[in-house]
Amino acid sequence: MRARRLRSGLKGWGGVGAMAVACALAVVFALLLPVVRSPGDPGGTGNGPGGGFGSDSGSGGQGVAHGSQARAAEECTDPEKQTLAPADSDGPAIDAIQGREGEKRKLVVGVDQNSFRWGYRDPNSRGAAQLEGFDIDLVHRIAEDILGDEDAVQFKAIPTDQRIPAIRDGRVDMVVRTMTINCDRLEDVAFSAPYFRTGQQVLAPKSSDITGYDGTLAGKRICTAAGSTALSTLEQDREDGGLAAGADLSTTVPNQLDCLVRLQLGEVDAVVTDGALAASQAAQDPTVELKGDSFTTEYYGVAMKKDADDLVRRVNRILADWRADETDGWQHSYEEWLSETMDDAAKSRPPAPQYLRKS
Amino acid sequence: MTQSPRGSGSGSARPPGAGVPAPPAVPPQSGPPQSGSAEQRRPGPGAPAAATPPPVPPSPEPRRTAFAEGVDRLRAAAVTEPGRLRIIGALLAALVVAFGTVTAWQMNERSLAADDVLTRSQPLTSDAADIYRSLADANTAASSGFLAGGQETRESRERYEKGIRAAAEGLVTAAAASDADSPSAATITELNRLLPEYKGLVERARTYNRQGFPVGGAYLRYANEKMQQDMLPAAEDLYQTENARLSADYADARPYPWAALALGVLALAGLFWAQYRNYRRTNRVLNHGLVAATATAAIVLLWLVVGHSVARSGLGDSYDHGVRSLNVLHDARIASLKARGNENLTLVARGAETTKAGDETVDAYDFEFGKNMDALGKGLDEAARLADDDTGGQPVAAATGNMKEWKKRHTAARAQDENGNYQQALDLVIGGKGATVECFDGVDASLATALGHEEREFRQAAGDGLDAMRHLPQGAGVLAGLGAAGALLGIGRRLSEYR
Repeated sequence: MRARRLRSGLKGWGGVGAMAVACALAVVFALLLPVVRSPGDPGGTGNGPGGGFGSDSGSGGQGVAHGSQARAAEECTDPEKQTLAPADSDGPAIDAIQGREGEKRKLVVGVDQNSFRWGYRDPNSRGAAQLEGFDIDLVHRIAEDILGDEDAVQFKAIPTDQRIPAIRDGRVDMVVRTMTINCDRLEDVAFSAPYFRTGQQVLAPKSSDITGYDGTLAGKRICTAAGSTALSTLEQDREDGGLAAGADLSTTVPNQLDCLVRLQLGEVDAVVTDGALAASQAAQDPTVELKGDSFTTEYYGVAMKKDADDLVRRVNRILADWRADETDGWQHSYEEWLSETMDDAAKSRPPAPQYLRKS
Repeated sequence: MTQSPRGSGSGSARPPGAGVPAPPAVPPQSGPPQSGSAEQRRPGPGAPAAATPPPVPPSPEPRRTAFAEGVDRLRAAAVTEPGRLRIIGALLAALVVAFGTVTAWQMNERSLAADDVLTRSQPLTSDAADIYRSLADANTAASSGFLAGGQETRESRERYEKGIRAAAEGLVTAAAASDADSPSAATITELNRLLPEYKGLVERARTYNRQGFPVGGAYLRYANEKMQQDMLPAAEDLYQTENARLSADYADARPYPWAALALGVLALAGLFWAQYRNYRRTNRVLNHGLVAATATAAIVLLWLVVGHSVARSGLGDSYDHGVRSLNVLHDARIASLKARGNENLTLVARGAETTKAGDETVDAYDFEFGKNMDALGKGLDEAARLADDDTGGQPVAAATGNMKEWKKRHTAARAQDENGNYQQALDLVIGGKGATVECFDGVDASLATALGHEEREFRQAAGDGLDAMRHLPQGAGVLAGLGAAGALLGIGRRLSEYR
């Protein structure tokens, strides 16, 4: 008993010590990297700066992990490629999920319940108030793989701007919620390989004179979800002068779907959101339509805690299987949920993933 | 009161035997030609003050001669006495009339205020609380209906419609009773504008919900936001304004009528002194007129004291056992409604809204639910303390029991939801037997019963209070008139002895 307490005490100090060393090394590496540019050592379990899962990892591995992140932030070009190679091995993150007992033995996933055909609750579904959709299919598949039961999932609906805090605070194990992989987010969370391709698009009433992401948006009120890619893209474009003059971005809502409400009530003139979500909005209201082509290219990924390397690898393996599965995989889900409202699957299927992140 | 030329003399002249300052007043009454005018003056009760000055200007010579010729010393003294008597009579009559007038005026004011309490401000306060409750009720029912899916239950639909209807009716009543430029009127206008807007959003939510589109849920959230951020605060404002008006009416109805009481005591003292003086002068014990005046003044004073005390205690009762209980019960009922709404929204939002409680991030709606339940518990404790009989205490006890069960079931439902068993959690909240909805309905029904009881108690007590001073103003006026007449007659009777 005492010995154990002593050991756990030491363990805790070990963690703190390791963290201190890691931080110091990180600074050194960050300073040295432009010169050294070492490929890093993939061998260690590589617990990141959070140190949430234990204390026995080698400090060298951590330092390298830090280094690669610093590098990623510095020269982030293809964020969707910054992920770890698939693997089946377990690790602290997966152990923690599998170690849950009884009723708690569930994968906790942040999802959307407002995205038609992606993650939503069909009010008319019989009996069970189940969430369903393309994202939800993927969640079930991940749960099946990790916990052996596709229903061992606790869904948490989270608003757009809470996705990253929810992961960082450990409120959810992962977020599967039409979440775009981008460089900013890579600094806070780790992403899986992309599982869907989309791009920002404009949605407006059919009768509107807006023709797309162009000058016709001048002076129009545009609705976006707070914390969404759409909002940051538009703000960036406004700074760069790419956005039509006088476009009003002041209306932001917790969920992209709330934009459809504002559009129908005439409180805004147009909505900018991912094409996939815009299509799901248009599917709910025959008087609105997508205007013009998508003006960015983005990929959806599964977001996880930054240091949950084992989980990222595992999810990437699951995604690879899912895409390859002809009968009950990606294609099947696409046909079930999305083919009605979207173009052919080829446009949405992401290219073969690359795994450039080494640790 | 008005006879200043005399009053100044009479003040010092009143003590028996001090005849010196009287002379200026004496001549008018002395001469034979004046005896006739004096006769005329006597019957006219209110007039002596006004009637006496005119004789002063006419030629002093005849009076002087009449005075010198036909009057001996005794007569001269006797002539002085009627003068005093007239002054005394006028003063007494004025005092009694003043007493009656002030009593009528002050009690009228109080009885109007008490009437306002009973028939205006309290019902309006209740109405305002009902508007708030109806709105919260409709909103809660709407979210319950949403939870139940596309086919919302008949109960939740009816409950929603009933809430909207009651709120609309309450707004009409409140509008009719509020002054055009008052802040209440502005609030009512605002609510009248928001209500159809809210209803429109909920109807859209329902339509989309039936079609299976999640945008229905988005509309419901928008409607809920409108309710929580605009409508309920406005309704609360209205309630506070009406409540302040109720307090003001109570404040107007309850203070002692000091001026009337002081005048009453003064009038009685004056009457007693006049009779004592009479007795000292004439050895006659009773003067009918003065006795009658004393009796009426005493009756008015007694009526005033007793009537107001009873009214005061009735109003006090109505406040202590009625209004205070009603306020506490209204607050408790609103807390239970809010709690129910938040319980539903916890499941509607599924963790979409979080808030910080200390260092921990918790579900915003569940956090609010906890606060609402605490408020409900405190309210019920307070209501139990205020309940003064079994009929009032029993439903409060029932509500408390239901609340405890509710908390227990809620914990179980939360545990299910936390474990990811959404359907089970849903069943525990809106399902049939064993769900928290039973407890909520129980709390709500018990509180409605308790409110009805306290409302009756309030009406009883306030009605009693109002009755106690109902005819006081008119009675005081009539009796004061009689008393003044009695005083004048009594003095006149004495005066007539000098002819």
